[in-house]
This record gives sequence, C-alpha cells and structure tokens, in this order.
Amino acid sequence: MTVVATGVDRLEAHLRGRRDAGRALLVPYVTAGISADWTRYVEACAEAGADAVEIGLPFSDPMLDGPTIQEASHRALERGVTPQSLLAELAGLAVQVPLVVMTYANIVLRDGAPAFAERLSAAGVSGLIVPDLPLDELDDVAAPFEAAGVAMILLAAPATRPDRLRRIAERSRGFIYGVTVMGTTGERDSLAASAAGVAERVRAATDRPVLLGFGISRPDHAVQAAAHADGVVVASALMRRVLDGAAPAEVGADVAALRDALDRR
Amino acid sequence: MDLMLRGIADGVVDSARRSMMDDPGPLGRFGRFGGRYVPEALIPACEALEEGFRDAWADATFRATLQQTLELYAGRPTPVTPALRLSAELGVTVLLKREDLAHTGSHKINNVLGQALLARRMGKRHLLAETGAGQHGVATATAAALFGMRATVFMGERDMERQELNVFRMRLLGAEVVPVTSGSRTLKDACSEALRAWVTEVADAHYCIGSVMGPHPYPWMVREFQRVVGEEARAQCAGLLPAAQPDVVVACVGGGSNAAGTFAGFVDTTARLVGVEAAGGAAITDGAPGVLHGFQSQVLQDEAGQVREAHSISAGLDYPGIGPEHAHLADIGRAEYVTATDEEVLAAVERLARAEGILPALESSHALAWVLRAAGTPALPTGSTVLVTLSGRGDKDAEQLAARR
Ligand SMILES: Cc1ncc(COP(=O)(O)O)c(C=O)c1O
Repeated sequence: MTVVATGVDRLEAHLRGRRDAGRALLVPYVTAGISADWTRYVEACAEAGADAVEIGLPFSDPMLDGPTIQEASHRALERGVTPQSLLAELAGLAVQVPLVVMTYANIVLRDGAPAFAERLSAAGVSGLIVPDLPLDELDDVAAPFEAAGVAMILLAAPATRPDRLRRIAERSRGFIYGVTVMGTTGERDSLAASAAGVAERVRAATDRPVLLGFGISRPDHAVQAAAHADGVVVASALMRRVLDGAAPAEVGADVAALRDALDRR
Repeated sequence: MDLMLRGIADGVVDSARRSMMDDPGPLGRFGRFGGRYVPEALIPACEALEEGFRDAWADATFRATLQQTLELYAGRPTPVTPALRLSAELGVTVLLKREDLAHTGSHKINNVLGQALLARRMGKRHLLAETGAGQHGVATATAAALFGMRATVFMGERDMERQELNVFRMRLLGAEVVPVTSGSRTLKDACSEALRAWVTEVADAHYCIGSVMGPHPYPWMVREFQRVVGEEARAQCAGLLPAAQPDVVVACVGGGSNAAGTFAGFVDTTARLVGVEAAGGAAITDGAPGVLHGFQSQVLQDEAGQVREAHSISAGLDYPGIGPEHAHLADIGRAEYVTATDEEVLAAVERLARAEGILPALESSHALAWVLRAAGTPALPTGSTVLVTLSGRGDKDAEQLAARR
C-alpha cells in the first residue's frame, strides 16, 4: 500500500523516498531577492537535479552567515524586497521539488508565528530552517508550522551533546541539518574535519534524512560529505557565483556538476 | 492615609518589588523577554557559562576576589557627589554616582573584571568583545592585560572613526581591534561579528558582552556584575539624604547595563526609575518585540522585521535593541523610559562641565539631559531629589565635541 504523505510530513516523505532509492540528496540554496531574476536561479537549480531548494529570506543581521551570504542578503535588501514580496514571487513559481525557507527568528516572529506559517504555506513552502531558534525556544513557536504543513527543520552542530542531539532528531521535521563546522556559512577549500562526526552522530540518533551543510563548495566536498550523510546543502559557493555575475544557466551548470558527482559516487 | 496603613501598603510593595531584578531562571526569562536565541553551536557554551556563573556567584572566594579587584584596582567604591551649583540652579537636589571615576573611565570595568575573572576560572585565555564608544573595548583590553589574557575587540568602522582615541588606547593595551565593515558599521554589526567569532573560537574564547544583552545568562550576569553601582549608591544616598533615598533614579540606556546595575539597588524602594535612551535609538519608545543578538526584547525594526539602524551622537547608545530586563520593567511599569536628543545632550555636557567641573560622557549626558528638561515639572518637581548615574567621563568625546562647537 502506498501512503501519500500530506501536511508536515510531505518533505520528509519526499526526501526519504529518494534517499531510499539510493540517491544522494542535493539541496542548493538561493538568497531570495539577490537579483531581479532570482527565481530563475531557483528554477535552474531545480532543473539541474536538486532534490529540494533552500530559499534564504534575507535578514539585516544574519548572525550565522559569513561574508558571502551577508553580502547576498545585503544586496537583496538594498533592492527593497521584503519577506512578503519574496514569498509572493515564490508562490507563482512552478518548480517540481520542495522549497525550504531559511531565515532568522526576527523575521519569523515579526507578525507572529501563525501568520508567518500561513504565508509559507500559501507560497507552497514545505520546510523552514531558523538557525537562531534552537530547541529550547521552539515550544511557543512550533505548533502553527506543524498545523500549516511546514516542517520545522532543526540544526545540529559539532558541539551538540548526545542527549540534546537525540531531542533535536526527535523534534526535527523534514530532515536534520548537520552543520559541518563550528563556524559560519562560507566557502571553504576542504570539507571540515568535524563534518563526518556530526553526520555519524545524528544518523545514530535517527532514521530521518540527515543533510550536511556549511562550507560544502565543490563536487568533491559533496561526494565526501555524502559518504557520511544522506545529502548536502550547498549555499555560499553558489551565491558567490551569483554575486560575481553568473547567470541562472551558469549556476544551473554548477548544480548539475554537483548532481553528476553525487550520482557517480 | 494613616501611618500604619501606609506602612502595610509599603510592605506589600516592597515584597513584590524585592522579587524583581532577581534570578531569571534556567530559560533566562524576564516576563516575555530574554531567552537564548543562538545557533546550536553556541548552546553548550551558553550552558557552561550559566553553570560557571552560578557556581562562581555562590562562591565566597570568587566574590571576595572580585570585590578586592574592584577596590584595589578599579577604585571602588566610586563616590556619590552632590552637584551643589546645578542643584541650586535647578531647584532639585542632584546627586551624581561617579562611574566616571572608575578605572578606564566608565562603569564598563565592573562587568569586565567580573567576566574576566569568571573566564579565567573557567579556563579561557582569550576574551572577545564588541564595542561601540570603545569604553567596553578599553575595559576588556585592560582586564586582559591585568590577567595576562588575549583580547580581540570588534568595532564598527564608523565608530572607529568617531572614537579614535579609544582605538589607540585598546591597541596600546595590547588588544587586537578588528574593524567591522558590514551593515551600518556600528555597534549592532560589531555584536553580530563578535558572535560569529565566538562560534568559531568557542572552545578557547569567552565572549565578554558589554551590556545587559545577548543570550541567557548574559543579561542577568552583567546586571549582577553591575549591581555594585546601585548597591553602593543606595548606601551612599542613605548617608546624604534626609529621606535616605532619592525620589527619582535616572541612568542612560544603550544596552542598559549602567541603568540595570543602578536600578538593581533601588528596585525594592519607592524611588521612580527612569532610563534615558537616545532619541535616535529608542528601543522602548519606538521599537517592537523582536529577536536580535540572541535575545528577545524591544527592537527598532521596520514592518518586515529588518532591524533599523540607531542614530545617536553617542556611539555607546547607537544600539537598536535594549536589554530584555528593561523591556520587562517597562512592561510592568516599574521603570519608565524616555529619550533625549543630540542637542539636549550637547547642552547637558556643557552645563555640567561649567557648573560642577565634571566632563561627562555623551552617553551619560542623556541622563543629565532628562534631569535638565524635567526639573521643575511634574516629572521632577522643585524640591525633589534625583540620583543620576554618571556612567562615564567625556574625555573620549573631546574631539567630537570640538567639531560640534
Ligand atoms: C560611558 C558609557 N555610558 C553608557 C554606555 C551604554 O551602555 P549601557 O547602556 O550598557 O550602560 C556606554 C557604552 O559604550 C558608555 O561608554
């Protein structure tokens, strides 16, 4: 019997299905509003073999982001975009993979969590990552997202202790975001040494999909990370290319190269 | 009301007020504000710091070491000076709590010596700090030199221009000063950058936050380290005033540490508590509930939730948020928060300098500006008494003052 997942379980079911079919998951990231044609980058990512696309809603003070995403966010905000305007653009998009939003707590809570959850749902978003909303601050916030069918994806860091990691794995919906490094987002020359440990520890705690992110910049990094986790998130390396003027098709080609390396691993 | 009844009423007020400005509990909540909104990477460090602080604060030896350092090194207790000529001019009795006389020239040293001793006790050898006016950076550089630690201070590029002298002082003391070029290039961006650096170096470094802000336990811990200001002042007022306590207690508010320390000494009295924010950075007056730099409070922001830049002549008050406990004290009506404009502040600097021979910091002058404005009005009636925390000295502002004359 096939069970069609609905609501908050959609994202996890989608990722699980692909993982269980033997595929390494690839989630590229696009800073919403980075350019007037930013949604074309989202489409290009989806068409190049992404399993989901992460959409960064820019915040003025991105505490966990390094220079590249800071610059991308700044550029977007300078264009006068707002979370509402960006989500409206997203709603009009016809991509075939799930969309996951990443933003900061202040954006989420500005008009209250229920209102934000409704907006995400209306835009067709099925997951949410909020790096400054840790486990302890979740209780007052999580319910409206669950109700709106938006998976609240939690992060685990190299410093996260085992007991807490178990609770994160339990509470997280969609997937668990394993942060490879004690640091901010940003391109790196090599995969952080702490990446494998994080992935192994999360995997030991849960059967949910585990994706690694932060600093995964090249196809060989993605392949290395996929040896320990179910997949990868690639953000700064792609946004660096956009900031340097790469067109949607060029970023699509980068994503295709990542896809290809993961498929041939 | 007859005397006995009033005594009973006061007793009720006192017991309710005593529980204010207390331990905010494991979640670090002050009413609906506070909390710990940080990435997972920082959770173990915040937990360890809370445990370390609870342990140290309950340890008589730690407290004695801190007390001794405050006395023998930092020059505590600082006096309360009756501002006699100003009082005569205004028709109200003005007392000044002289944090300008503390070592390094402001109250910031109280908090920094506490945190540096705590960091050392926890085995950390590197202090990270953000700074606006540079006073907290100088204090951190000073403590690092005193205890043989490394100091890295993040400072907005714009503030580095405004506070050149303090940049030089920090470097002279052996600290590394890192210019922050993102965003508004002021205090808020320096905070973000210090938090990012802390994520990266969390194993070896202690983030020495300069005010009653940041994730739990900082707002509580910094208030406790600044409590000495209010406790000293309360005892000093008792010796100076016939009524033993002032009618009004006023302090400037950036993040709110000098105000929190001052208020903590008077929160269980009937004194009115007044915090003065910069008109261009008034989180209580113009802000809305939000989350910034790891805590929930009132934050200057637009309708979409983007944080607005604060604009003030004083770099130390150029912060779009406010400590969560102040937001709570405002909520419950125990303290009121008002604003002062740049022009009022400049006038207050000159007025105090001429009347009393004391050159106050631009930050502290916000508190004075309110006194000048309120004296003789129902907010501060003729014949009343007011304690003003003079959080720092104005030497650092000389160049800026000269440019504005
Ligand atoms: C002299 C002085 N007063 C006040 C402040 C504001 O800080 P807080 O509100 O934490 O006391 C500063 C900050 O730099 C300062 O240097």
